[in-house]
Amino acid sequence: MKTVEEIKAAIETAIPGAGVVIVPNPSVSGQHSLRITPAHAVAVATFLRDDAELSLDFLSNATGVDWPDKEVSEKVKITRTVTKTVDGQEQQVEETVEETQKRVVPGCLETVCHLFSVSKGHGPVVIRMKTANRTDQVELPSLTPIWRSAEFQEREIFDLFGIVFTGHPDLRRLLMWDEFKDHPMRRDYVEPDDFEYEPTAHDEVLTRAQEHQAKLAGMAAGQEGAGA
Amino acid sequence: MAVDDGLKIELGKQGVFVTTIEELYNWGRKNSIWPMQFGLACCAIEMIATTMARYDMARFGAEVFRPSPRQADLMIISGTVTKKMAPQVVRLYNQMAEPKYVIAMGACAISGGPFKQGYNVLKGIDRYIPVDVHIPGCPPRPEALLHAFMTLQKKIDEQPLTGEGRPRHLDAEAQSEFPVPVQGEHDLEPASNKGVWTVPVVIR
Repeated sequence: MKTVEEIKAAIETAIPGAGVVIVPNPSVSGQHSLRITPAHAVAVATFLRDDAELSLDFLSNATGVDWPDKEVSEKVKITRTVTKTVDGQEQQVEETVEETQKRVVPGCLETVCHLFSVSKGHGPVVIRMKTANRTDQVELPSLTPIWRSAEFQEREIFDLFGIVFTGHPDLRRLLMWDEFKDHPMRRDYVEPDDFEYEPTAHDEVLTRAQEHQAKLAGMAAGQEGAGA
Repeated sequence: MAVDDGLKIELGKQGVFVTTIEELYNWGRKNSIWPMQFGLACCAIEMIATTMARYDMARFGAEVFRPSPRQADLMIISGTVTKKMAPQVVRLYNQMAEPKYVIAMGACAISGGPFKQGYNVLKGIDRYIPVDVHIPGCPPRPEALLHAFMTLQKKIDEQPLTGEGRPRHLDAEAQSEFPVPVQGEHDLEPASNKGVWTVPVVIR
């Protein structure tokens, strides 16, 4: 099979301006993936399926990744002019200082698809797509019209991560009920407070159980106070 | 009750069979418990094995699995109860005619088991409906299910027909239907039925 670099070149020849980026995988498997832009996703996917040499006719797996907002601190060299007393005289001196700056890298949601070719017997080719952010711009084009096997998996991603697939024929929740509002696989999902009975609690569960007990104690104290 | 055991045996030797209505009634009830035919997860496979020739639940009068709650006496909760499934399980229980019994089979059905902290797993079906016998195990072996079944038979056999502790179908006041939880925006509402389940006291 072609390497990811060759596939990238092939895509960019077929679809000018597709904007494919190689996401390297530093592990032993070296299974690098291709990040495609949502605007060209359908065209790129159609190419990958229909290209005679690649003929990736089977989407075996589609899943989601949640990248929360991340605060990074980095050291920046800043040059500024400082007034200093040198040899009894005040002078303007240029000074370079290292400063730690903190900035927030906005998060996003991502889908990862594994493609195989049943006819050629090769694969996987991993393609990824990112949403603009995690809150209001969570649309990505659906790949169900190209690979039917994406249908339920995209519904699952919609259910658990909250990515909205435009062009999906039947986008409903798959595992949770329709009235449910949250997306359980997101990093910032908080489970409902049903930690009233945890006989063998540890770690995070222990913390939640203790919080629950503290809340109950607080409520009981409040009622007693109101009664008195 | 009225006839002592020694006299009963003595009369039996003479070809006279003495019993009480209560004994006869409970004997009939405990030997014809028809389970409802439904399974929720991998425990159901073990339940199916229990009904087949090697373990043969028919020996206990429970071979007829009924595919309708109207004809079933026993609900075997065989597997993980998800929060999506819980309202349906409670509704099926409500649709069963009295007398009705529940066996919670396996770690998931009794407590949520290995999936207890999952976002979609109910932490035990006993939060919504009264459970007669709990069996631990993941999954419990067919012997364990048979043991649960025999425990239930014993429980039925010991029930008096009048007064305190009589079966629910002979008690006009007894609650037979339980509120079906509503699937809310974040969780099932309510999180447990009051009167059915109270937080167990942990003794350390």
